Amino acid sequence: MARLPRTRIDKEPAHFARSAIPIVSTMIGSLAPIAPFVFLAPVVPPFGLMMLLAWRALHRTLWPTWMALPLGFFDDLFSGAPMGSAMLLWTLAFLVYELFDRRMVWRDYWQEWGIAVFLICAVILGQLWIANRSGGATDVFVMIPQAVFSALLFPLMTRICCALDNWRLTL
Amino acid sequence: MAPPSPRRPGFSRRAQYGLFAGYVIAVAGALMSLLLVLSASFDPQGHAAIQGFFSDIGSVFSRAGRGGVDATKEGGSSVAAYFNAASKNKAMAEELKAAREKLIKGQVDALEVVRLKKLVRLVEQATQPVVTANIVSASGSSSRRYAVFSAGSANGVENGQPIIAPEGLVGRVVQTGRISARVLMIIDGGNTVPVKRASDGTPALATGIGDGRLDIRPVIIGGNPFAKGDIFVTSGIGGLYRPGIPVAVGVKRTREGIGGVPLASPARLDYAVAEPTYIAELPPPPDELPKGGN
Repeated sequence: MARLPRTRIDKEPAHFARSAIPIVSTMIGSLAPIAPFVFLAPVVPPFGLMMLLAWRALHRTLWPTWMALPLGFFDDLFSGAPMGSAMLLWTLAFLVYELFDRRMVWRDYWQEWGIAVFLICAVILGQLWIANRSGGATDVFVMIPQAVFSALLFPLMTRICCALDNWRLTL
Repeated sequence: MAPPSPRRPGFSRRAQYGLFAGYVIAVAGALMSLLLVLSASFDPQGHAAIQGFFSDIGSVFSRAGRGGVDATKEGGSSVAAYFNAASKNKAMAEELKAAREKLIKGQVDALEVVRLKKLVRLVEQATQPVVTANIVSASGSSSRRYAVFSAGSANGVENGQPIIAPEGLVGRVVQTGRISARVLMIIDGGNTVPVKRASDGTPALATGIGDGRLDIRPVIIGGNPFAKGDIFVTSGIGGLYRPGIPVAVGVKRTREGIGGVPLASPARLDYAVAEPTYIAELPPPPDELPKGGN
């Protein structure tokens, strides 16, 4: 997977595309709820969050810590969850990621996956708690399939990020 | 050697302050969004206005995509129809014959029903639907079961109106945008529908579980009168849903009640009707209060 990006000599780097592609890809992940399907159970992974964590795992310095705030705001607009829930939980996830950076300096692929799965599960539980506080009454066990699908799909999201990253750096 | 941490920018004051400001913004933003989350329970109207606007935008795309999904489904089923065409034809001919006999019997019965209704002076109150539109999407990643209905306040949809598919109750409107509305489905964990067994009117409460099923519990304490295959319809108690809308069929008896499956599966429905909120009739006021002593 670790191919070196083909840079074109004597060409200005496309700064706008470089910073926009990660943001836009995360926003597209957040738009999954408007897909024209009706789901009877919460089984669809939170693609916006997975994209966010995949970019964060790939590039530590890509975004400042507060970047989760506006991206979470965008996710809230379409997810149907109470406003501010993704803003809060995604920002907290980024802050916890910083703690992991401090404690675990050398990490391999499995550890990155583990951190992402931990954060995704924590955010799913947090979303459930907020949703149940604001009128819902869903059992925790109902969310297990979603957590499992998210964990299994995360490597695919990192692959997509890698492909987008290669493309982004050759622009 | 450990990789140089980007979070320790050396002696550059500018970089240090920048990093610090980043953390300050993140923490302040997190606190602000916590307030936003808490205010959702105090000021649902303001939140609903913002989310309604964006669900309008989203519904445009969902509506466009829904046509594509339907087209592929129809294409698949029309190809499948060519297989077993001969045996299907034979079965259908037999069904048609049986159906004709039943139709004649049904016409006779209908006349009988009209006559009996006249006899007991039962007045049918026909409910005029507000609007007919389709369910375009429902999020699969949220723990709440919301569906998006492709008609909004511009079509007369209001909060609280029940959404009914031909097969039965889907849910009620909880948030209205201009051209779309958010529907809290009956399978949501926070939605309870007063129902009764269709056969004898035993009252019960149907609560969503969150995974596409319902938990139906009898209102009367003691014993579990329900059995597999019971059909439940709305009872109209408490208003909101008019009586007699099909809700669920019992599939699995539990200790306290029965597990049910909604009759209108939102996944396959396309058209649904928004009806005006049902207001339960109050009992007539007593003509005269008893006078005299206590």
